Amino acid sequence: MFDIDSVLSEKAKSLRPSGIRKFFDILDEMKGVVSLTVGQPDFVTPWHIREAGIRSLEDGKTYYTSNSGLIEFRREIAFYQKRRFGLDYDPEKEIISTVGGSEAIDIALRSVTDTGDEIIIPEPCFVCYAPLASLAGGKPVKLPLSAKDRFKLTPERLKSVITPRSKALILAYPNNPTGAVMTREDLEAIRKIIIENNLVVISDEIYSELTFTGAHVSIASLEDMRDRTIVVNGFSKSYAMTGWRLGYTLAPLEYTRQMLKIHQYCIMCAPTTSQYAAMEALRSGDPDIDYMKGEYNSRRRLILKLLQDADIPCFEPEGAFYVFPDISRFGLTSEKFCERLLYEQNTAIVPGTAFGECGEGFARLSYAYSVSHIEKAIENIGIFTKKLNG
Amino acid sequence: MIRKEEKKMYDEKILKFLENDARITPDKLAVMLGKETGDIRTLIEKYEQDGIILGYRAVVDWDKAGKECVSAFIELKMTPQKDRGFDSVAERISRYDEVKSVYLMSGGFDLALFIEGKTMREVAYFVADKLAPLEFVTSTATHFVLHKYKSEGVMFCPASKDSRTNVL
Repeated sequence: MFDIDSVLSEKAKSLRPSGIRKFFDILDEMKGVVSLTVGQPDFVTPWHIREAGIRSLEDGKTYYTSNSGLIEFRREIAFYQKRRFGLDYDPEKEIISTVGGSEAIDIALRSVTDTGDEIIIPEPCFVCYAPLASLAGGKPVKLPLSAKDRFKLTPERLKSVITPRSKALILAYPNNPTGAVMTREDLEAIRKIIIENNLVVISDEIYSELTFTGAHVSIASLEDMRDRTIVVNGFSKSYAMTGWRLGYTLAPLEYTRQMLKIHQYCIMCAPTTSQYAAMEALRSGDPDIDYMKGEYNSRRRLILKLLQDADIPCFEPEGAFYVFPDISRFGLTSEKFCERLLYEQNTAIVPGTAFGECGEGFARLSYAYSVSHIEKAIENIGIFTKKLNG
Repeated sequence: MIRKEEKKMYDEKILKFLENDARITPDKLAVMLGKETGDIRTLIEKYEQDGIILGYRAVVDWDKAGKECVSAFIELKMTPQKDRGFDSVAERISRYDEVKSVYLMSGGFDLALFIEGKTMREVAYFVADKLAPLEFVTSTATHFVLHKYKSEGVMFCPASKDSRTNVL
């Protein structure tokens, strides 16, 4: 008998499956769960954007585009980034449209990582960075952040993990799962260390349109940082387009040239329909962004107040659509807390440990849900924590 | 405090919230807008006094509630009166309980009416007996509603399920 296991790559096998998968499997089996677990907008892609996608199909635009994407699409990206965040990239040479932000992170990592290079990954964070860094041959160096610092990356913490092998820093703000943001001052504070230590920054700015206390600042816009930064962005969160799988990279020609080779061999090009739809989003989607952001902001304030009323401490998140309350005082591990909450109150939230060990004592609650749904979920959580306290 | 220059923005936000959900409390509105409950309460009272908010009501799907009910859209043509234009006839028509909405229109007819009754016959009689004979009304065309898909911005079809999956 052929032993399949013997032919599987050690590298693939050594990747740990996302720990939260098991929890989600249980969740999927249960009926009528009040869930705050979903990490995607509850809005449907605005109709005029969907219609542009449909029109492109009607017009027979069903071919591959150029590897880096339709040039008129890249021009719109460049214009949008300039107008919203003051970034300047040449659409001909410095932009690649990708299959979601995920592929963009992958090709960014692979374009700068040699075997053994250390990739600094501040945690808690989205789950893909460390596995992708490993696949690229790098060594993920997890850097735990703290609620005390509002989950920002501080110069002291960054300094503490730098070694001669440090190659790149992943910067993911506004942050999933904490909702933390880095202001211009926060970024200025770490800029010097990045430059002194010759680090490359992979800046995942997928939530850049969802900031509630000031406009997003890209680290690439800081002095001397453009050459050291690969910006990753996309359409999933800002225009509620998760299923269209469309993102992009912004980076100086030298990086882009390398990334483009990887992208062209494994992806060819991002979905054509999505590119046409996203072009419409960039041209006339600003009101959609404002509308959705307003909605999220109202719910953010509401969920914070409800948590406060339920006596569950939570720092005020300033971006994305998550809150990351501190549940340590209830004497259960995050995982146990979430598991019991699910079984005892039929309510689901994600344990903070799904986003790194330092997420212990926390849980992620998404407020990409209707107001009544959020109220019901927090009411259930309140009943549960009262029982624990009681 | 809501500053004078912010007031217009908040007026719009508060009214929008109430239009979507008339039952939302001033407390909750205050939290969601990041303002004081007292300020919100004062503004809402003012909207009520000024006739900006004219009422609070539920959006009912009478079909589902099992009540027989017919509605019709009526195109009405009329001769405008000297000095009063369309106003006095429109106001007079508006007084009937059967008439749910009255609009002055541009285009091929003058007034658009929405009428409700228990049966088609009742609506037809209402048009024939009450509307058509009115002085200055020159013609009516009645269109019965066959099915309501969306009304007052609310979808009348079954709510779509949350089909988002958990991916992480």
